[in-house]
Amino acid sequence: MTDKLLLEQIQPGSRVLDLGCGDGRLLARLREERGASVLGIEIDITQHHAAIARGVPVIQADLDEGLQDIPDGSFDYVVLSQTLQQVLQPKQLLEEMVRVAKRALVVVPNFGNWRIRLQVLKQGRAPVTEVLPYEWYNTPNLHLMSMHDFQDLMRLLGIEILQEIPIINHRAVERAWLANLRAQHVLYVLQRQSDPYPVSESENNAESELESPRPGSR
Amino acid sequence: MATQQETAEARQHSGVGFVQTQLATLFVPPHWLKLAGGGELGPIQVAYETYGELTPAKDNAIFICHALTGDAHAAGYYEDDDEKAKPGWWDDLIGPGRTLDTDKYFVICANVLGGCQGTTGPGSINPETNQQYRLNFPFITVGDIVEVHSALTRHLGIDQLLAVIGGSLGGMQVLEWAARFPDQLRSAICLASAAQLSAQGIAFNAVGRRAIKTDPEYKDGEYETGAGPRYGLALARMIAHITYLSDQSIEMKFGRRLQDHDTFTYEMLPEVEFQVESYLHYQGKRFVERFDANSYLYLTRAMDYFDLESQYGSLTNALGKTDARFLIASYDSDWLFTTTQSKEILRALIECGKHVSFIELKSPFGHDSFLIEIEQLQNMITPFLEQAYQSRLMESAQKT
Repeated sequence: MTDKLLLEQIQPGSRVLDLGCGDGRLLARLREERGASVLGIEIDITQHHAAIARGVPVIQADLDEGLQDIPDGSFDYVVLSQTLQQVLQPKQLLEEMVRVAKRALVVVPNFGNWRIRLQVLKQGRAPVTEVLPYEWYNTPNLHLMSMHDFQDLMRLLGIEILQEIPIINHRAVERAWLANLRAQHVLYVLQRQSDPYPVSESENNAESELESPRPGSR
Repeated sequence: MATQQETAEARQHSGVGFVQTQLATLFVPPHWLKLAGGGELGPIQVAYETYGELTPAKDNAIFICHALTGDAHAAGYYEDDDEKAKPGWWDDLIGPGRTLDTDKYFVICANVLGGCQGTTGPGSINPETNQQYRLNFPFITVGDIVEVHSALTRHLGIDQLLAVIGGSLGGMQVLEWAARFPDQLRSAICLASAAQLSAQGIAFNAVGRRAIKTDPEYKDGEYETGAGPRYGLALARMIAHITYLSDQSIEMKFGRRLQDHDTFTYEMLPEVEFQVESYLHYQGKRFVERFDANSYLYLTRAMDYFDLESQYGSLTNALGKTDARFLIASYDSDWLFTTTQSKEILRALIECGKHVSFIELKSPFGHDSFLIEIEQLQNMITPFLEQAYQSRLMESAQKT
């Protein structure tokens, strides 16, 4: 379900990086159906080899150690599906994502969902649901957030939310009523705000001015 | 106990069985090899071995680049090997059903230019003078080595290799191959290697060369065959051998255990008190029996000089021209060729949008891991080669 949704977001012929790519299933589809040029990052060695067996190029690395081996802007899209809540430093990883790619696609579970709220309210215990099927002591989920929380963080980081697609009962709903209450997952399409590294006048050399004249300069 | 005949039969039927080293004569004048350091060399004899069969389409050839002191004998046994002889240096990886599956692939391994295991090197006879080249042998580089191996594959009728594989100095050759002959390889596997030797690596090589040159028997390189700087060469090997191991692997293998006594002897003259000493002496002694001192000088210098970045302007320039798929692997306990160095190659390949897979393998065995950890290589290389081969078949299907 999520794979299909992600696939639809990606322009044909793009260069795509998938963080926590598993056995490379999504990337293999992207390559075949979208003609994408792909790269995966995966920490698990068995999954790493499985991706190689699909012919998907894959780097074994720990997302908690960042993306320092990926040069700036080397991808069109970077995908992080169902993993943000499991990393140690989600803020840093999101910043890294918009550094290495023009667009970031992030799928996260929504902790604002009513079932979770109701469980906490009624039972007074850490919630266990279809989306969060773990007990508190064995969950890989370290950082849970609601849609509002995620939006706040994006404002803080200066990352623009191009699209916010709530997923309710396995269906993507473009405009959902009471989304933060109803969505189990959310797909975010993110991009760095237009001018993340403002260039000061003195650094701005003549060559780059020639290449991209400012509005009204002619 | 197995009789000699039983042993021979078992060997014939395991892996690639009995093999023979073959010789090719290339760069026959006036088609000299033009050397990076200036000058020309020819004719050049190349010692090589092949395992498996080349397909009629000639699309299943894999070239193995050996490390500093390796040779063409990568798999199988020679028929006249004695019972104690070991098979080729990567035998566990090569053979029917093995990672480099000889039922499927045609595997080639050749001794390097400047070597002393059958390919023209400083110990060879210079046809112009009928004397050994010795130090009149021209300076050679990793580029020259690859130039000769590339010529060998063309001599065998192969335009494009399915894969070029190597570790350490062999990995440097793999990278050089991708840079120098970008259309000649479909995939490249580079293990425990680097785009340039570290200063630390150069330092260790320098000590090894000094050990050889200061041995009185070195005689400015003019030693007789069979004689030569035995102690200096053994010492060079002992030093180098330490750099191939890790702290942990030495500890595991020997610890502080003593060799012949339960307590210290409190004597200065005997050289072997600890087991690790005995091991290093043994390694040095064995090495002298099979390796030539002048070759060691030439090849370590070639290794020192290797620097893909300065040679091609940048790593992306060097590796940007090939469409080969890359598989890069380092080992966490390797302090001679570190993961950081492998990642430099990785970064450059990502930057130019290449198909590249990378892994830092866990192993206690240090730099030598790529010769030891066969199962890890198998798990990673088998599917990688399979995919490289499949993509080849798909492409030819599309063309027809």
